[in-house]
Amino acid sequence: MPANRFNNFNNYGIGIGLRVPHYQHILSRKPTVDWFEIISENFMVDGGRPLKVLDQILEQYRVVQHGVAMYLGSTDGLDRTHLRKLKRLVRRTNTPWVSDHLCWGSVDGRYTHDLLPLPYTFAAAAHVAQRIREVRDYLEVPILVENVSSYAEFHASEMTEWEFLSEVVEKADAGILLDVNNIYVSSQNHNFNPYDYLNHIPHDRVGQIHIAGHSKFEKYILDTHDHPVLDPVWKMYAHATKRTGATATLLEWDDRIPSFDEVHREALKAAKFCTPAEGGFAADGDASPKNNDVRGASLSPA
Amino acid sequence: MAALTRSSKPPGQDLRAIQRAFATGIMRPLTAERGMQPKWTNGESTRKAAAAFIKPNDRLSSFDRLEIYNKQYWFRLLDCLYEDFPGLRSLLGDARFHDLSVAYLMKYPSNSYTLRDLGNRLEKFLMKEPRWMAPHHKLARDLVRLEWAHIVAFDGEESPPLEMDALLDGGDPAKLRLHLQPHLTFLACDYPVDDFILAVRRRQEPQGGASNAVAERGPRRAAKKLKLPRPEKICVAVHRHDHSVWYKRLEPEAYLVLSALRKGLTLQAACERAFRRRKADANFGATLQNWFAQWAALGWFCRAE
Repeated sequence: MPANRFNNFNNYGIGIGLRVPHYQHILSRKPTVDWFEIISENFMVDGGRPLKVLDQILEQYRVVQHGVAMYLGSTDGLDRTHLRKLKRLVRRTNTPWVSDHLCWGSVDGRYTHDLLPLPYTFAAAAHVAQRIREVRDYLEVPILVENVSSYAEFHASEMTEWEFLSEVVEKADAGILLDVNNIYVSSQNHNFNPYDYLNHIPHDRVGQIHIAGHSKFEKYILDTHDHPVLDPVWKMYAHATKRTGATATLLEWDDRIPSFDEVHREALKAAKFCTPAEGGFAADGDASPKNNDVRGASLSPA
Repeated sequence: MAALTRSSKPPGQDLRAIQRAFATGIMRPLTAERGMQPKWTNGESTRKAAAAFIKPNDRLSSFDRLEIYNKQYWFRLLDCLYEDFPGLRSLLGDARFHDLSVAYLMKYPSNSYTLRDLGNRLEKFLMKEPRWMAPHHKLARDLVRLEWAHIVAFDGEESPPLEMDALLDGGDPAKLRLHLQPHLTFLACDYPVDDFILAVRRRQEPQGGASNAVAERGPRRAAKKLKLPRPEKICVAVHRHDHSVWYKRLEPEAYLVLSALRKGLTLQAACERAFRRRKADANFGATLQNWFAQWAALGWFCRAE
């Protein structure tokens, strides 16, 4: 539900991804934003401007870490260097939760730098769940697992994607970062009903939601994060939040990035679509006080 | 959720085998037409190999589905090298830089979770396979070194700097070893590549932030050609100051001193190297003192880990 043990009992409202083209605007204008999501790996560095910018952001805003390289489904051992640097960043940001993807991306020490789909087997689910437990024990923060968009399916699969996601998070006792756009993209690429997905996951484990835009091609859809959110995705988001309650929501816009104000306006549309029975986000799209110094202002359980 | 039942799967369908097959497919170079290669590594049909583990759907074959990932792999990684080595790309031109990048990634696939490290073995690759730099061997070598140093300087580690007074608190110069910031690189070049790269970067289009989203487009548009520099021996420090990367020209003797300190020589031994080259300069002691004051002011010296 909105504030639960998977998001450390926080309902952060509506946030956007922190991206380089917006740094100057954010630091100079200090716009009111509920929270920012950072790509962890962009800040898992030893020094320099990235950390300086992050520290300035942390003085003003709440920040949540989202990773792209933990590769929870890889069969190589967990990358200890990655985890060590990730934990150092967790301490710096005080992120209430850490998210990464239900995918793999490296094998035999070779990294593809992609979020690759897993075969939906019981063995894979057990493998991933074990790794999530190890990561959580090491990082000492709740872990949310995000469903990826995909373009391939495997003969080896023994269940649907939503059954696999449910199996993994139940086994690992982990939360879900529900990417509604990814569900839509995969549903079109793999011919399933996205509402079956939304209806059959453990809603009480959803700690955060992602929304984004995508691109349609003749025979498939690509998850490009370079457009506004499309209507079918907004409808799915409305349906999802009826099940999960008003949950911390984040707009991803990663390519052909428009102005900060345009991205933020797009994100705030989420308030209009989030109408669960127990009440959605505040009417202005903000579940937290309208105050630039929000970081210390509303961290108590909602 | 409905109860699920386990089923036995044919041998070879385990997770690691699937991941190896998938990685093999997507990390192979694209054809000239930017498609997936028709032959698998064992010479069999890629269609057959892909069909063995990937399901088709009503619009795409197993081959087509794997090809989407194959393209994204190369678009993403080549884009990263284009961004990190704009000077080398400008020197070699788009087509040759593309071929060089593919050959490099085939020889040295990424071994790090971060794309930041993707080019960390490019210099090593070029030294082993210098044909990729022909006919501009020295200029290309200088460029790749400077461009990698730029990456290190951008986000490399920084230790608390030592002030000038604290430097000499260490005691006897014959025994004192000074430590330099990890993000600093000193280079002796045959070409004024610092000026060249600055000119290239000024012409670059601004880039967006990193993300995990799929790259819809292919590799970016052609780089604009710049006039190549004439040979000129220079020494340069690539460093970070006030969170920005700078290229600072050094006199050859300054380069000697700093390189010697970096190698772990004592303060006295490092300075003697420079004195030997400037025997006739009566004021060299004062010059050297002035350099050290500048370097300390830039925060280049730090305590040992």
